[in-house]
Amino acid sequence: MSKDIAILAERQDQVGRADGSAISCGRHSTAGAVTQRACVFCGSRVVLYPITDALHIVHGPVGCAAYTWDIRGSLSSGRELHRLGFSTDLREREVVFGGEKKLRAALDELIAEHKPAGAFIYSTCLAGVIGDDVDAVCKAASTRHGIPVIPVQAPGFAGTKITGYRVACDALATLVGTGDTSTVPAGAINILGDFNLAGELWTIKSYYQVMGVPIISTITGDARINDIRRAHGAALNVVQCSGSMIHLARDMERRFGIPYIQVSYVGFEDTAAALYAVAEKLVNTDAMQRAQELVRNEVAKVTPELRRLKKLLAGRTVALYTGGAFKALSLVRALRSLGMRTVLAGCQTGGDQDYQELQRLCDPDTVIVDDITTHELGRFLARGGVDLFIGGVKERPLAYKLGIAFCDHNHERKHGLAGFDGMLTFAEEVFSSVSSPVWKLPVTRGEMG
Amino acid sequence: MLLRHTEADAPERKALTINPAKTCQPIGAMYAALGVHGCLPHSHGSQGCCSYHRSQLTRHYKEPVLAATSSFTEGSSVFGGQSNLLQAISNIFSIYDADVIAVHTTCLSETIGDDINQIVRKAKEDGLIPEGKYIFHANTPSYQGSQVTGFASMCKSMMDSFAEPADKPGDHIAIVPGWVEPADMREIRRIVEAFGVEVTLAPDTSGVLDTGLTGTSQYFPDGGTTIDELKACGSARTVISLGPSASGPAGRALESRCKVPCEVLELPIGLQGTDRFIQSLSVITGKPIPEQLKWERSRLVDLMSDMGQYFYGKSAALWGDPDQIVALSEFLCDLSMFPKYAVTGTPGKGFMKRMEKACENASGPCRYEEGQRADMHKMHSWIKADKPDVLIGGTHGKYIARDEDIPLVRHGFPILDRIGHQYFNTVGYTGGMRLAEQILNCFLDRQDRDAPEERFELVM
Repeated sequence: MSKDIAILAERQDQVGRADGSAISCGRHSTAGAVTQRACVFCGSRVVLYPITDALHIVHGPVGCAAYTWDIRGSLSSGRELHRLGFSTDLREREVVFGGEKKLRAALDELIAEHKPAGAFIYSTCLAGVIGDDVDAVCKAASTRHGIPVIPVQAPGFAGTKITGYRVACDALATLVGTGDTSTVPAGAINILGDFNLAGELWTIKSYYQVMGVPIISTITGDARINDIRRAHGAALNVVQCSGSMIHLARDMERRFGIPYIQVSYVGFEDTAAALYAVAEKLVNTDAMQRAQELVRNEVAKVTPELRRLKKLLAGRTVALYTGGAFKALSLVRALRSLGMRTVLAGCQTGGDQDYQELQRLCDPDTVIVDDITTHELGRFLARGGVDLFIGGVKERPLAYKLGIAFCDHNHERKHGLAGFDGMLTFAEEVFSSVSSPVWKLPVTRGEMG
Repeated sequence: MLLRHTEADAPERKALTINPAKTCQPIGAMYAALGVHGCLPHSHGSQGCCSYHRSQLTRHYKEPVLAATSSFTEGSSVFGGQSNLLQAISNIFSIYDADVIAVHTTCLSETIGDDINQIVRKAKEDGLIPEGKYIFHANTPSYQGSQVTGFASMCKSMMDSFAEPADKPGDHIAIVPGWVEPADMREIRRIVEAFGVEVTLAPDTSGVLDTGLTGTSQYFPDGGTTIDELKACGSARTVISLGPSASGPAGRALESRCKVPCEVLELPIGLQGTDRFIQSLSVITGKPIPEQLKWERSRLVDLMSDMGQYFYGKSAALWGDPDQIVALSEFLCDLSMFPKYAVTGTPGKGFMKRMEKACENASGPCRYEEGQRADMHKMHSWIKADKPDVLIGGTHGKYIARDEDIPLVRHGFPILDRIGHQYFNTVGYTGGMRLAEQILNCFLDRQDRDAPEERFELVM
């Protein structure tokens, strides 16, 4: 990054510039690092969480359930079972004698009470090391109750958050292909990798509705178990947030021959490209025409206001740190369309190809970093020259303390930032923070101690 | 709507916690460790634990919260986490330049049987701990206790690890403040200093988790108890543990280790709780109660009498930490209200006895429970059967508040959706005034909202 910022020796090759230097990634965080990353359980939980009519039972001590109880603003148009916190709350007794009995009883009790369409059982660190046979308990419960009860093997230590995504996809894969597709219309799609934060999925769905493209399932924003079971009836999988869902898309391609495309709904360019790509794949000339018309209309609607904001934002600089790499790419493009320049881009879960693409896209002197530590982040921001930071919950107060504007593009976003309207909302949010009078008050930006 | 399936007579559960009124030990240990100056809390487990705790504390305090993790891998879960912790120790001292590392364990590292004492000895032998730097630790398996016991264990470890016995006691007083907010810690300090004595709070998160915006971000903020202060706790004239659950173990450890007399009190919340604290200080210091504090007390009593008619007979439902619930319950009774329901997920039989005492003069029937099944779901089923007038607890109560249309006074941990708790104390007489005002305004707002036109009043 720079000589004046101390980087752990083990992390030197995870930091570079967009000048083509290789970025090492996809490995465990260095012990002792104040990493911004989470674990396998976290990865699986965020992906499966938005499935609204399933029970989500965390099998382990209470913490893992307590911290993931309704923390993601994934909206539902129906049931809201996903927003409740269920834990087997394993205690010392179960550490000695095993927790299977408790899990079995919990399942019976909850299924009888809530009549869910399915259940996910998250096996955490402790369940992993005490040797509970969660698979067997789930299988038996599934037979007993006649609904899918799916084990999610997510002990935190078994990899990184990316591993958790894969674990979640494995769990979903056991559902896909078990439902009846006889009523699925031709040319239908699945929307993968949108989690309906602040209702973003509904925006995206509305575009496809205008295009006349039927949607079978949305995985996992506002999802229903029975729709996921029928997802293999689709003609195309449209994958956003590639980091979390690509594994499932590949699995469905292999098993059912369903092609997939990777898209993003952040920014005009990427949203339009997504809609066009879908229309192209579906050999439905009408869909393309409608998509073009929709893009024209939507862009025209928000352009005047965006132009105004662009004038005010042009020339400002941004540091961004996202969960997945695909979003980082989209954001760099979207920010560029607002006249803003990205000076640091990084993410928690990027792969080799992602970083290469990010390097291609950014300016040569943009710092590219995998799994940034708080320390590196603080030092970088404190050097000055950054007007806005885009990140998640743990980064917000750090940016503010350094007198830097902030925008949450993570779980805790409060407004939909996807699609055309979302682009305007994004610009407004960025502007509201960047232009806040609070930054003009007399505080001096100094060094991080 | 969200909780519409909750029934009034929910069946007794054996295997399940729904919507827990607690979380796990390590987050309490992390919060306590942040109250030591120059200390980097370290989570010895998978990296998700650390991330969740930091996120939750950040949501509550709106402050940067720094902590490191051993980042367990599959290999460490089989062969033990020693090499991870050794590497972490080396990294933390060399890159972050922490003065002290506070290691807490997790369900994982406890179950595989990592021995932190032995690992720290090895770190010493290997020369990983520079001169003048320290490591201390607490065992906080997530399958025991709750966040409160995790906090208590880390506080106890501070005394066990640092307090130095002295031949002759000094004049200063040591206080273990309990799991309260940074603003409360400031207030406790102010109250003791009003007696003209020196005080060490251990831990002390003021100046750590309530810092201002200065355009700088210090990795280690100015606040926090220093190691020298922790050492000197051993020569304190007395140690007062505020809150038996969170602070009792630390105070008693100091007593048995350094022969410092220990007094365990309930949290100084409300009138009588604060009275007892101040009375103790007066006895310990041999000084009369300062005029300033007497005046503050008179103002709280004045408020209580001015608005007594609106408090009378009103009932509350509470959840959260046992120390907070017990102290609040007594204050409610002093306000002529009563704690109709209370649940704490923190296990411990002492809670029931303490509540019995706190509710001695309650103006109505009180129902309370502790432990694994004392969750929000259970309390909601009680509320369905018979509503209280106000809810008092952390943000997770907002579902019940919305579903049952009952006002909620946010208090305790975590508060994820309002501000104020970081800045304004609820301990002491001044804190009692704030609490009373918050509760009262709920009742008056409600009355204004619900009153028919002809009964809508200008003067209340």
